[in-house]
Amino acid sequence: MKINGKALKYEGKITDDINTDVIWPGKYTYVQISKEEMHKYAMENYDPKFSEKAKTNQILVVGKNMGCGSSREQASECLKYSGIKAIIAKSFARIFYRNSINIGLPVIESEDAVNSIKNNDKVVIDLENGKIIVNEKKIIEFTKYPEFVMNLIKDDGLINHIKNKNDKVKFNEL
Amino acid sequence: MPYTITEKILMKYSGRTSVKPGDIVIIEPSRIMSHDNSAFIIKKFKKTGVKRVWNKDKIVIIFDHTVPASNPEHIKNHDEARQFVKEQKIKNFYDTKAGVSHQVMMEEGFVLPGSITMGADSHSTLYGAATSLGIPINRTEMAGIWATGKIWLKVPQTIKISINGDLPKGVYAKDILLKILSMTKSDGATYKTIEFTGRSIADMSMSARMTLSNMAVEIGAKAGICTFDHITKEYIDSRTNEKYSPVLSDPDAKYEKIIRLDVSNLEPQISYPHKVDNVKSINEIEDVKINQAYLGSCTNGRIEDLKIAADILRGKKIKKGVKLVVYPASIKIKNEAERLGVLQILEDAGAKLMTASCGPCFGAIGSTLHDKQVCISSSNRNFRGRMGSPNSFVYLSSPATVAASCIEGKITDPRNYL
Repeated sequence: MKINGKALKYEGKITDDINTDVIWPGKYTYVQISKEEMHKYAMENYDPKFSEKAKTNQILVVGKNMGCGSSREQASECLKYSGIKAIIAKSFARIFYRNSINIGLPVIESEDAVNSIKNNDKVVIDLENGKIIVNEKKIIEFTKYPEFVMNLIKDDGLINHIKNKNDKVKFNEL
Repeated sequence: MPYTITEKILMKYSGRTSVKPGDIVIIEPSRIMSHDNSAFIIKKFKKTGVKRVWNKDKIVIIFDHTVPASNPEHIKNHDEARQFVKEQKIKNFYDTKAGVSHQVMMEEGFVLPGSITMGADSHSTLYGAATSLGIPINRTEMAGIWATGKIWLKVPQTIKISINGDLPKGVYAKDILLKILSMTKSDGATYKTIEFTGRSIADMSMSARMTLSNMAVEIGAKAGICTFDHITKEYIDSRTNEKYSPVLSDPDAKYEKIIRLDVSNLEPQISYPHKVDNVKSINEIEDVKINQAYLGSCTNGRIEDLKIAADILRGKKIKKGVKLVVYPASIKIKNEAERLGVLQILEDAGAKLMTASCGPCFGAIGSTLHDKQVCISSSNRNFRGRMGSPNSFVYLSSPATVAASCIEGKITDPRNYL
């Protein structure tokens, strides 16, 4: 499974500890907003022009502790439905990391990659082989997902994964 | 092999004979909690194709975030969840009158020592105060458990935080936690369990332990556990007849690291906007004028907290131009505060008593903040826009500091009023 895209990196802006309140403000958390509309509010308190940028630059590259704070899953969802295909960070907050995998949004931890990649760089992520290729030249390796996490990503998230196995619903077979 | 509490519980629940940090295990939690987000979980659950929840008696639903429901969207969410509760015959359902979900979970005896309690809310780490492995998840994962009864977890490493020394007057569990945040920063325990141990914890009430465990998630932790002792036992046994097996870490269990903190000279701590780990001691701060003060939340909305604030505000008046809103963490707490005369003292001082609920903590309902407003809050987060406008400012502190600040209209050392 390969993911291609241009990097979206906020050069000169702090990208550590981006919390879920700035990604998806609390006032939208209990409002039923369709996935088609989520991009309008994504990152509202960090960069109001985010959704415009995510149309062309679909690999989000950020610093440490990405997605800290509230467990609100819309933080992962609004990025995915704004067009983000994968997030590369120095590190992720735990709940955001799990939420992203469980909705089928690949999240990759690699300090090396974050340090190497510049805004607009061409990025290819080879998920199965644990490789990031930058501008068709530089190769950066990262720790591969365990097999069943890979399967969740391939199924585009946990809900589809359960649905696909619904004849048995044996989670152990993940 | 020696094991930590977390490893022992995960071993038992996964049916394994050994575990080590990094292992992936599949477990069935003892209890799971969702709140107003249930309406959204239902939609995801229905997409799985599963018709009935795996075990209706392990599901607890408590409305607290959008209480009272203040717009048609919130009412619709509640109605959809009510309908589902009926269809699925979920009996552990608390409509809009119980209080903050985590507090209600504890009060009703749903959280048992040695168990795994998961909530679709980040502050589910609070259940660690009852020596339960309290783990926060969110909507998709909760829908997955409703459908299958199972969830995957990584066995985490554990950080031991050993806290010793007598807490000085005017300094509380909240100050300890903020101090720890200043040392570890907000990712200091990412993906790890924190075990709070030491003599200061042994001396602490359950209420204070809940404050610590609750905010473990602000350090990035997966769980924040306080050691089981006679205080835990009394609390649990007065609330439920359910059987439980408490778990303790082995003395030679492996910790990722041990942090030691002596609190005997600790000062009141303030977390500055817009980061929880941006913490200063009260003697290091300049004048910070406030417009609003928030007393409440799953962190600090218990009877002990309201009493501390009332002791400071007794016979005093809140400074003109400052609004103090009080959100008791549960209806039981509100009733007790009423019985003890605590509410009367707060109201006489000029506080506004609000519904037992989350209130403005997450910025969607209640007394949210407008541009340039400054709030001192006993809650747990001060991120940009957290309590309303992205141009407002939230400072976090203990309930005592909140109360003292109301008198002077600026952030004030509570020790001046004790």
